[in-house]
Amino acid sequence: MSQTIFDKSTAGRHAGSQLPKLSEVQGDIPANLHRKTKPLLPEVSEMQTVRHYTQLSKKNFSIDTHFYPLGSCTMKYNPRGVHKAASMSEFLQRHPYQLESSSQGFLECIYELQEYLKDVTGMKGISLAPMAGSQGEFAGVAMIRAYHEARGDFERSEILVPDAAHGTNPASAVMCGYKVHEIPTGPEGDIDLEALKAAVGPKTAGIMLTNPSTLGVFERRIQEVSRIIHQAGGLLYYDGANLNAILGEVKPGDMGFDVMHLNLHKTFATPHGGGGPGAGPVAVGERLKPYLPLPMVTKEDNHYRWLTPEDCPNSIGRLSAFAGNTGILLRAYIYIRMLGRKGLKRVGEFSTLNANYLMAKLKQAGFTLAYPKRRASHEFIITINPEKKKLNVNAMDFAKRLLDYGFHAPTTYFPLLVPECLLIEPTETESKNELDAFVDALIKIRKEAETDPDLVRNAPHTMPVKRLDDVKAARELNLRWKSKD
Amino acid sequence: MSNVPSELRYSDTHEWARLEDDGTIVIGITDHAQHLLGDLVFVELPDEGIELKGGDEAGVVESVKAASDFYSPITGEVVEVNEELQDSPALVNTDPYGDGWLFRIQPEDTSEFDALLDADAYNEQISEEE
Amino acid sequence: MPFIPHTKKDIEEMLQTIGASSIEQLFDEIPKDLRSGELKEIPEGLNEQQMMRLLKERALQVSDDLNFIGAGAYEHFIPAAVWDITSRGEFLTAYTPYQAEASQGTLQLIYEFQSMMTSLTGMDVSNASLYDGASALAEAVLMAVRANSKAKARKILIPMTVHPAYRMTVKTTVHNQKIECIEIPYDPKSGVTLLETLQKYNGQDIAGLVIPYPNFFGQFEAVDALTDWAHAEGALAIAVVNPMALAILKEPGVWGERGVDIVCGEAQPLGIPLASGGPYAGFMCCRQEWVRQMPGRIVGETTDKDGKIGYALTLQAREQHIRRSKATSNICTNQGLLVTAATIYMSLLGPEGLARVAQQCHTNTKHLVDQLTQISGVEKVFSGSYFHESVIRLPKAPSEILEALALCSIQGGYDLSKDYPELGNALLVCATETKSETDISLYACALEQVLHANKKKVSELKTVTVSEN
Repeated sequence: MSQTIFDKSTAGRHAGSQLPKLSEVQGDIPANLHRKTKPLLPEVSEMQTVRHYTQLSKKNFSIDTHFYPLGSCTMKYNPRGVHKAASMSEFLQRHPYQLESSSQGFLECIYELQEYLKDVTGMKGISLAPMAGSQGEFAGVAMIRAYHEARGDFERSEILVPDAAHGTNPASAVMCGYKVHEIPTGPEGDIDLEALKAAVGPKTAGIMLTNPSTLGVFERRIQEVSRIIHQAGGLLYYDGANLNAILGEVKPGDMGFDVMHLNLHKTFATPHGGGGPGAGPVAVGERLKPYLPLPMVTKEDNHYRWLTPEDCPNSIGRLSAFAGNTGILLRAYIYIRMLGRKGLKRVGEFSTLNANYLMAKLKQAGFTLAYPKRRASHEFIITINPEKKKLNVNAMDFAKRLLDYGFHAPTTYFPLLVPECLLIEPTETESKNELDAFVDALIKIRKEAETDPDLVRNAPHTMPVKRLDDVKAARELNLRWKSKD
Repeated sequence: MSNVPSELRYSDTHEWARLEDDGTIVIGITDHAQHLLGDLVFVELPDEGIELKGGDEAGVVESVKAASDFYSPITGEVVEVNEELQDSPALVNTDPYGDGWLFRIQPEDTSEFDALLDADAYNEQISEEE
Repeated sequence: MPFIPHTKKDIEEMLQTIGASSIEQLFDEIPKDLRSGELKEIPEGLNEQQMMRLLKERALQVSDDLNFIGAGAYEHFIPAAVWDITSRGEFLTAYTPYQAEASQGTLQLIYEFQSMMTSLTGMDVSNASLYDGASALAEAVLMAVRANSKAKARKILIPMTVHPAYRMTVKTTVHNQKIECIEIPYDPKSGVTLLETLQKYNGQDIAGLVIPYPNFFGQFEAVDALTDWAHAEGALAIAVVNPMALAILKEPGVWGERGVDIVCGEAQPLGIPLASGGPYAGFMCCRQEWVRQMPGRIVGETTDKDGKIGYALTLQAREQHIRRSKATSNICTNQGLLVTAATIYMSLLGPEGLARVAQQCHTNTKHLVDQLTQISGVEKVFSGSYFHESVIRLPKAPSEILEALALCSIQGGYDLSKDYPELGNALLVCATETKSETDISLYACALEQVLHANKKKVSELKTVTVSEN
């Protein structure tokens, strides 16, 4: 039975060495402002805390412990050296408002990262401010809006989004006050150009595209898409979720995109932290430069400084209190310095090699590919639909059983277009041996599904808990610990 | 195979409608729809007293995996909502045509009701979907 | 190849399996004219040793000064255990807990975090965190408008005593959704929002009132009266608070007659290093009735097939991956790693430790202000008590003085003259529990020198402080 830290708490106990010394003369906060009840925080010793959270950590799968082929998430190795370098005390202790004159080494890193990312994306301007992909998207669409409005064009009310897109795209467009118009996908995973032509018009503010798409294929007619949108006066937004596939191979700026975000926590190997922090810098072509969110770093006579609202009067504004997730920016900077220009190109090459190899092996093993005629990008989709029809074992069952074999599950049931799908992204840092072992596990699970389907349907069997009751979690909301007495 | 009672009328967005003796119309979602959604965990109902047009969004039904809008097939004023669903959304799963009803509307014009699908037509529609 | 494990033999075998002659061939679906050349701006790669050396050089160009700046980011002592455990690979390198069975560590920890935050704030529910304090406030404003949708009210009142960068973030976020943010001026004597100022808005369809606590100047707003005013007007009361202060101050759940509706803020004071402003973690708590309007991840307790207790993400149908364009927010994740640190920090400190930190921060700042205002020409700007920050007025432009103090290895505070020109040469100062009496005296001594001695003496002082350290 797993106890919470509150179950281990005893009134009056504390971690003695963590109590600060109080001055003899204390301040003068009026008594009526004091809280009357003690907050419910654990009263435990230091060792109890250390043991409790160390034990909790062992109930997680992670990159450091397991192969983690989550599609569109780019779970690659997060170099320890990068983490260590970014954790130097001078970086950790720097207050966000520390004077520029006392911060040049830090600002230099941030400035250089801006320059590097402009090169990687083929864009003309960049702001590192967005703290996640979703904020990057928000900033990007807000800039599209600011651009149209600055030209006196208030008629454009729609953002086009392919039906294969990540759910954040439509959600971000709506946060910027746009209506979303979905564009269908053709049979081989490319966008349906006829439907696109029919949808485009004077109301089109822009389109949000992921390329390679979440279907694991490269949009082959991207240049034509770009022409159609631009001719209608719209702009192209590039969702950088899958940039790892084409890093050093193709630049979004060359494909005709006007604005994009990068996911540094994906492409540039910063740790995901159990769901954040990430960073979603937003890069733009010449037209959108005046609207970039603050802050940004500039270099003048070998001195680095923050740009202010006075420098950028047309900026869409701020997205955070300070400068975004600078610790993540620093890590991405260090990662780029370690890989260098050749290393970055190899990321695109080897993530693509690994995905195509894994796809070929699974095809050989008799699994069904969603897009068998296409190359994989850095990821690809198999569908468990034939197995489901024949054996009544679904994609979720396969996913859960994989956990028992020591592999994190691929992305399941996304994209919604492909039934019973597993979206698999191995990344470049996995070895051939690991990929082979993963294929073997999937083959074994399919065999189990034939001989002992309940074993698979009831998986996992070796995790700290078995399958959880999601319906109960949502119907009988229990969102905080309460004392039993 | 879904249950499609012959005495009800249906919309192509999977709502059912029943004309009551007092002239009001009761709206719910069909057995087919609740089955597709899975176990419901929450129902967001319209406010009593608001005016809806036929085809307007009236609320949301939420399962663990999906959230789906439901629409009013009829123009009129919402005169009653099924408060039971606040605590027991599962009623929509267990009894979609009875205790799992969603809201009651005072129609502007009953001809809208007559224009809805009958059971055969709705049956045909859902068999095409499958 | 830094982190790519492939041998030459591996590559050959893999290409053979694929049926391709080269890696290059795998890109044959991409139009040729799109293929890019070299990445010219990016230097050659470095091995770990070279990289460490480069970064150390950069780090040495970031001064390691005595810090008296607060303004939304606070230097607190962080126990060694906090980041030792947080940096374990199982926390550091896990993804969002989509596969609940393989993520029980992160999920249970978030549940514990939610429990701690609801208790600190006096609210019913908490989410798993948002990006930072400013974006959390922006989300709270959107949430108040959603929760108030029946009244169709789209006006939000934001006192000018809210952090200026928070106000700017709110504006950027809500700008395109036709929500009007009205800034409320403060009383120049007390540095807080007066009820009289709000009464101008009586009967005006207000969706929400933001109540900062302590406010940006460190002062205490009249939270009970403000909360009651909001409720009387049919508006939601949104508290934006420093969680550290709530260790000793009245929790927003009991402000006024009914308590506030939403509490948000910055979790950075709870074990998260300053780190130039991020990554931090925003938090958000609310009353039960608004839970479905709350953005972001939420973890709930449930049971598994065998009836064993476990934890899972819940209420996901509000989120973008299901609800797409109708989601409560476009937010995808939380700040998991920072929540991990904050949860371990709160466990280690406990109610007693946290209260003592809060108390000592207050005492130190009071001591600092007393010392600084003894210097001729330096005065306190506002009357009334404050938490662990306060505004002083200097006889010269703060920017100049701060640069001079930096020569003495002191970061002296936040220059208010740009955001609040009406306050003159105002400086916001803060001394947390990390500052000793000597540190505070050093600051006072340095300021005295900067203001009342010639420049030569300032540089002499620098050598003195360095040798004392």
